[in-house]
Amino acid sequence: MKTTLLKTGLALGLTAALAATPAQAAGSLSIYHWFEYIPQELLDKFAAEHGVEVTMDTYDSNESMLAALKAGKLGSYDVAVPGDYMVKIMAGEGMLDTIADGELANKGNIEEQWLDVPFDPMRQHSIPYQWGSTSFSVNRDQYAGDISDTAMLFDPPDEVKGKINVLDSQGEVMAMASMHLGMPQCSTDRTQLKELDALLQSAKVHWASFGSDVAKDVLVSGDAAVGMIWNGFSAKGRAEGANIEYAYPKQGHVVWMDNVVLLKDAPNRDNALKFMDFLLEPENIAAVSNFAQYMAGVNGALELLDESLRTSPESVPPAGSAPGVFVEVCDQATQEVYDAIWTRLKK
Amino acid sequence: MAGGVTSSGVVGDSFAAVRTRLLAPSWLVLLFFMFAPMVVMLIYSFLTKEFRGGVIWSFSLGAYDQFFLDRGLFGDEPPKIEWTYITIFLRSIWQALAATVLCLLIGFPTAYFIATRPVSQRTAWLFLITVPYWVNLLIRTVSMKFLIRDNGPLNEALLAIGLIDSPLALINTDFAVQLGLFYSYLPFMVLPLYASIERYDFTLSEAAADLYASRRAVLFRVVVPSVKPGLVAGCILVFVPSLGAFLAPDLLGGAKNFMIGSLIEEQFKGNAGNWPFGAAVSMILLTIVMLVLLVMARSRTRDVGSAA
Repeated sequence: MKTTLLKTGLALGLTAALAATPAQAAGSLSIYHWFEYIPQELLDKFAAEHGVEVTMDTYDSNESMLAALKAGKLGSYDVAVPGDYMVKIMAGEGMLDTIADGELANKGNIEEQWLDVPFDPMRQHSIPYQWGSTSFSVNRDQYAGDISDTAMLFDPPDEVKGKINVLDSQGEVMAMASMHLGMPQCSTDRTQLKELDALLQSAKVHWASFGSDVAKDVLVSGDAAVGMIWNGFSAKGRAEGANIEYAYPKQGHVVWMDNVVLLKDAPNRDNALKFMDFLLEPENIAAVSNFAQYMAGVNGALELLDESLRTSPESVPPAGSAPGVFVEVCDQATQEVYDAIWTRLKK
Repeated sequence: MAGGVTSSGVVGDSFAAVRTRLLAPSWLVLLFFMFAPMVVMLIYSFLTKEFRGGVIWSFSLGAYDQFFLDRGLFGDEPPKIEWTYITIFLRSIWQALAATVLCLLIGFPTAYFIATRPVSQRTAWLFLITVPYWVNLLIRTVSMKFLIRDNGPLNEALLAIGLIDSPLALINTDFAVQLGLFYSYLPFMVLPLYASIERYDFTLSEAAADLYASRRAVLFRVVVPSVKPGLVAGCILVFVPSLGAFLAPDLLGGAKNFMIGSLIEEQFKGNAGNWPFGAAVSMILLTIVMLVLLVMARSRTRDVGSAA
């Protein structure tokens, strides 16, 4: 009995070892990425150029990625693609490896404005992937007035009441609401927080739904006349024939950037760095942009973008519009109040 | 093995030993797939939450405190009863009950109809009941959304025949959630009911009628008691998954109001990242479900007992 067990165990161990060996010999890269955010051809190109076997798992939100890594997946992936605020959170949790000076040959390709970013000063752990903005779009068949005001979401005109979709994304909704009220994002002022809570409660009466993956569909189908949305997603909706206009409100809008990070305990650290260098080549990152319809943060990539993307009204803010701001990372005590406001909003 | 050797009551004991060994696989399955995850959940619900997901290994009643006590937005007011989560539970229970009743109202006549068809036809009817359910639940729920949206086929048809002047606001309402639940779980009611009704001896109905029972009396005093096992099973199979549903509220209800399922999901995958609280909500839900099952089971044993 014991010998059988032992033999079985040995056999299993050998199989595992055999299965693992060729992959390591050829080199592999394990990516944890958003769904539908990188063209397969680009992965194939990297695999061919470096003789590396590439595997990819996907996630659908920054939070679920963090939860999966916390639940034991850290150590099985080499790179992930968190959003700006999530880079800061992951760095704070010690989940990111540091890229030493000179380890990335193409680091100099990063555009000046994306080099020393607040969520990762001097890019110690990350490189830019794609960036864009979050605001809202309006169906021009249903509303013809001025839309450059966050009141479209939080104190809407009668024509669009009950026909508003907001992103099911706490950080972005709260940031837009704070801009509407002209208060800082991580406020600790109780009067301001109560004001924010009251604003969201009163606005919700006019909202039809919360939804992120459906944000484009509800606008295209006409279910929503106003919908919070990411700029690239809105451009896709317009390309599908919907008469929708993306707004750059005068109070401001949210800017976000997704970044490729080097994960702690990466099983193939060298290949991860090669992959990051690969994505800092203008032509490669431009391929991502042309696929995802967002902007790259790499010098020389802009000229390689599709004409329609480079000049679209979604990607080019009108002159004189308010600057975009990142969603901020609050400390625990402050964040708990914002979490409570969000739960109250959705009870 | 050792027990079998030393014992003198060979037949009884070796039987017990064999039984233990034969049952071992199922016990292992139960242990691994049911008890172990539940124990993990129970333990987590009494731990301290780690900021942004995860737990700190020190005992805390914080999760249950958050569920039952309202300490104000800033957590420093004298505690009152927290209605937020109780409201979410009541809404979910109400929706699940309504779905169960609706499924019963439509499922019972359907099952009865199929069971009274000639044997050769029954398979075909059952087949028709199951066909829509070969399609993934997500896709069926999304299709339902397309059907009932403001400019969807249902509203367009009603507008075309002049029954309504402006589209009915169906999507993103509690009604839409109910429609999704009821539609998702209907076969779970029909199939067990059918299994019971099929075995029902229809001559009993004739006998009751011969004894001057009204049609109503035949139904409620003869048929229903006879098929009760299928009825109870059907109700449980609809009620329990409806209670934890999150697809229908998310897609058809517009995710505007949490149901229990979405509240729990938010604790693990959402911004809140509060694992102990998610575990605590799951434990409270589990307790409610267990109580419902217990009551149902008791009512069944009582019936069996009185019938014997």
